[in-house]
Amino acid sequence: MAATDFLRKRFMPHIWCPGCGHGIIMRALLTAIEKLDIEKNDIVMASGIGCSARMLGYIDVHTMHTLHGRALAFATGVKMARPDLTVVVPMGDGDALAIGGNHFIHAARRNIDMTAIVMNNSTYGMTGGQYSPTTGCGEYGTTAPYGTVVQPFDTVELATAAGASFIARTTTYHAREMARILADAIRHPGFSVVEVLTQCPTYYGRKNEKGDAVEMMERFRDCAVPVGPLDDNGRATAADVEAADASVETIPIGVFRKEVRAEYCDAYRRQVIEPAVAAASAAADAAGGDR
Amino acid sequence: MSTSRRIEVNPDWCKGCNVCVAFCPKQVLALDERGKAYVANIDACIWCRECELRCPDLAVTVVVERAS
Amino acid sequence: MNASAQKPDRTRVRFLQGNEVCAEAALYAGMRYFAGYPITPSTEIAERLAERLPQVGGSFMQMEDEIGSICAVIGASLAGTKSMTATSGPGFSLMQEAIGYAVMAEIPCVIVDVQRGGPSTGLPTHASQGDVMQVRYGTHGDHSIVCLTASNHQDLFGIVVDAFNFSEIFRTPAVVLIDEVVGHMREAVDVPAPGELDLTERLLTDVPRDVDYHPYAPREDDRLPMSNFGGVHRYNVTGLVHDMWGFPSEKPTIVNDLIHHLYLKLENRKRMLTRWREWSLDDAEIVLISYGSSARSARHIMENRRSVGVPIGMIELQTLWPFPSELIRARCRNAEYVVVVEMNMGQIVHEVKRAVDRPERVFLSNRVDGEMITPTDIKHLIRVIQGKGV
Ligand SMILES: Cc1ncc(C[n+]2csc(CCOP(=O)(O)OP(=O)(O)O)c2C)c(N)n1
Ligand code: SF4
Ligand code: SF4
Ligand code: SF4
Repeated sequence: MAATDFLRKRFMPHIWCPGCGHGIIMRALLTAIEKLDIEKNDIVMASGIGCSARMLGYIDVHTMHTLHGRALAFATGVKMARPDLTVVVPMGDGDALAIGGNHFIHAARRNIDMTAIVMNNSTYGMTGGQYSPTTGCGEYGTTAPYGTVVQPFDTVELATAAGASFIARTTTYHAREMARILADAIRHPGFSVVEVLTQCPTYYGRKNEKGDAVEMMERFRDCAVPVGPLDDNGRATAADVEAADASVETIPIGVFRKEVRAEYCDAYRRQVIEPAVAAASAAADAAGGDR
Repeated sequence: MSTSRRIEVNPDWCKGCNVCVAFCPKQVLALDERGKAYVANIDACIWCRECELRCPDLAVTVVVERAS
Repeated sequence: MNASAQKPDRTRVRFLQGNEVCAEAALYAGMRYFAGYPITPSTEIAERLAERLPQVGGSFMQMEDEIGSICAVIGASLAGTKSMTATSGPGFSLMQEAIGYAVMAEIPCVIVDVQRGGPSTGLPTHASQGDVMQVRYGTHGDHSIVCLTASNHQDLFGIVVDAFNFSEIFRTPAVVLIDEVVGHMREAVDVPAPGELDLTERLLTDVPRDVDYHPYAPREDDRLPMSNFGGVHRYNVTGLVHDMWGFPSEKPTIVNDLIHHLYLKLENRKRMLTRWREWSLDDAEIVLISYGSSARSARHIMENRRSVGVPIGMIELQTLWPFPSELIRARCRNAEYVVVVEMNMGQIVHEVKRAVDRPERVFLSNRVDGEMITPTDIKHLIRVIQGKGV
C-alpha cells in the first residue's frame, strides 16, 4: 500500500493555501500509518476546529471532526469504549493549547494511549491570523497590531510538566524524520505529543515578514538543533534541555521523552474493572448459595 | 530484472508553492508558465523522494516499477 | 411469567436517593461509560457509578470539567457504548456546545441535569426548576431535543430507561431533568427485574463491508441505521452541516433538509415520546399542570380539594420536550382555569399558554426562594383566581 491509499481522493485537492505546511504533516502521518501496517478500520482520528482540523476529511479512517479544543476529550471517550483502536488527534496550536489546554494537560496526566499532533503554525489560521499561545513575544497578528506582549508556550516543556510519556518536536522541513517520529509516537503505549512546527505563509508569514513557504521552511532547516540520545530513563539530557531554552533562533528537534509508564485504560482495567467484576461475581455466587 | 522509475506531478492538485523545486537537491523540478511543477531534468534525479515527502499538496509521486 | 412472579417482589424494593436511582436505572438500560465532574446536587450519581460501573465491566471517568465529560460521552457512544453524564446548572451551561454537536452529528447520549437554583452558582443545595428552557434552547441553532422528568423514584427509574431508549431510537441527546428535591430525597423503589422494562438497542446498518454506506441518509421513519466507529464502515462525523456521507456541505437544499430532519424527527413523534400522568380530568374545571417535585405538592392539593368536592384535576408532565401541546390542548379544553405549578419565574407556563385555546385562563403558581413549593402556596393561588381571597 502507498501512503496516498489512505486518502479519500474524491475530496482532493485539499482546502489549504499554497505552501501551507499542514499538507506536509498529513503526508507524513499517512506515511507513518502505512509503515505501521494498521488496518484502516482500526484507526480513529479526532480533530477540533481550525485549518489543521480539516485534515480529517481527507483521511480514509474513522474520522470525527469535533469542536474547537475538545478533540482529545472526544478521543478519550472513543478510547475508553474501544481500547483496542489506534487513536490519533491532529490539532492546531490554538486548538491544543488555548481553548483545549485543559484537555491537553489532563490527557497527558492520564497517559491515555493516543497520539496528539500539535500542528504549530504560531497563529490562528482559520480565523485569519490572530495571535496564538505560541506566537513569539513581540510578533504580530491581526489582534496584535503592536506585537504581542506575552511569552509563548513551549509545547515540549508543557507536555513534559503535564506528564506525557512520549514527547517530540519536528518541523515540516524534516518531513522524513517527522514520518518516523509519528510512527514511533503511534506505536508508543501511552500519551504521545508530537509538536510539528509548520508554516502558515498566508497569515503568520505575511504579518511577520517571514517570507513564503520556502523561506519559512528554510528557517526551520537552519535553526533546527537535534537533541542527543535519551538517557537510561528515556529523558533528554540536561544539556539538551538547556539548549531548548537557549534562544528563539534555535529549534531543538527530536525525541525528548520516551518512557514506559502505566497507561490509563490498561491501569483502569487491571486496578478497577477486574477486581470489581471478580468481587461482584463472588458476591453473586455467595447470594446464590444461600437460596 | 529491471527497474523503471519516474516522477509524476498531479497538476490538478499542485498549487505551485515551489517547495518541491526549492528543496530538490538536484534541480530536477521547475514551475511551468501556469505555475505548476513539472519534471525538467529527470536525468539528474537521485530518487531521494524529498519532493514527494515535502509537497504540501501530495501532488508529487515518485513511481518505482519493478519488472522481471 | 407465572402468577407469583407478577406480584411485587419485596426483596427487590430498595430505599434509594433519586440520584442513586438515576445511576441504577442507567445501568439497567445498559449504560457502560460515564464521564463526569463533581457538582452539587448531582454528585451522588458519579459517586455511585464510580463504584458500580466497574462491577458490570463498564468504565467511570472523572474528567477535567463538564465540557470534557460530555465530549468523552459522545466519543464513547460513537464507538458503540451507551454513555451518560450528570451535572447541575453551571456544568449544564458548559455542556451546551457539545450537546449541539451531538444533535448535529446525531450521536445518542444521555445527560442528567439535577437542577439547583440559578443563575450562576445560585443555590447549590436548594430546589429550583429554572433549567427547563435551557434544555430546549441552550445550544445555538434550530433543533429539537428530548427532555424527560419525574416526581417520584419509581417513575424516575422508568424515565431514565426511556431516555436511553429514545436517545438510541432517534440518535439524539436525551436530557433527564430532575431537581434537587427528587435528586436527594430517599424513597422506596421496586427495582425492575432484568427484561421487565423494554430496552431499545442501537439500530445498526445492515449494509455489508465495502458497499457504499450513507451514515446520514435518514430512512422513511427518520431513523439512521448506525455503524459504530471501529466497525467496517469508515465515514466522517462533523458538527458542520453535512451531506449523507457526513461531509461538510453548504448547498441550500442539503442545509434545509438537515435542519428540517433534526427538528421534525422528534417534533413529529410526540405521540411516542410523550410520558405523562393525569388524575380526575373528566369534570375538572380547574386543571393543575406540573412536573418534577412541584407535582408532588400539586397532587397533594388536588386530592385534598377533590375530597371537599372541588372539581379539580391534574396533569403531571414527564416529557417536557418536545412539548406535548396537543395533549395539553385536548385535556384543558373544558377547563375554566389552568394552573401551572413550577419552581421558576414561569417557563412551562408559556408553552401551556401557547397550546391551549384560551391562554388568558392560564395562571402560574410558582416559588423561587429555594424552598419547595407547598400545597398551601397552590391553594392560595386557586382561591385568588376564584375570587375567594386568600
Ligand atoms: C468555541 C469556539 N471558539 C472559537 C472558534 C473560532 N475558531 C475556529 S478555528 C480557530 C483557531 C484556529 O487556530 P489553530 O487551532 O491554531 O489552528 P489553525 O487554523 O492555525 O490550523 C478559532 C478561534 C470556534 N470554532 N469555536
Ligand atoms: S490560513 Fe494558514 S494555516 Fe490556514 S490553510 Fe492557509 S496557510 Fe494553512
Ligand atoms: S510542492 Fe507540490 S504543490 Fe508545491 S509546486 Fe511542487 S508539486 Fe506543486
Ligand atoms: S526524488 Fe529527489 S532528486 Fe528526484 S526530483 Fe525528487 S527531490 Fe529531486
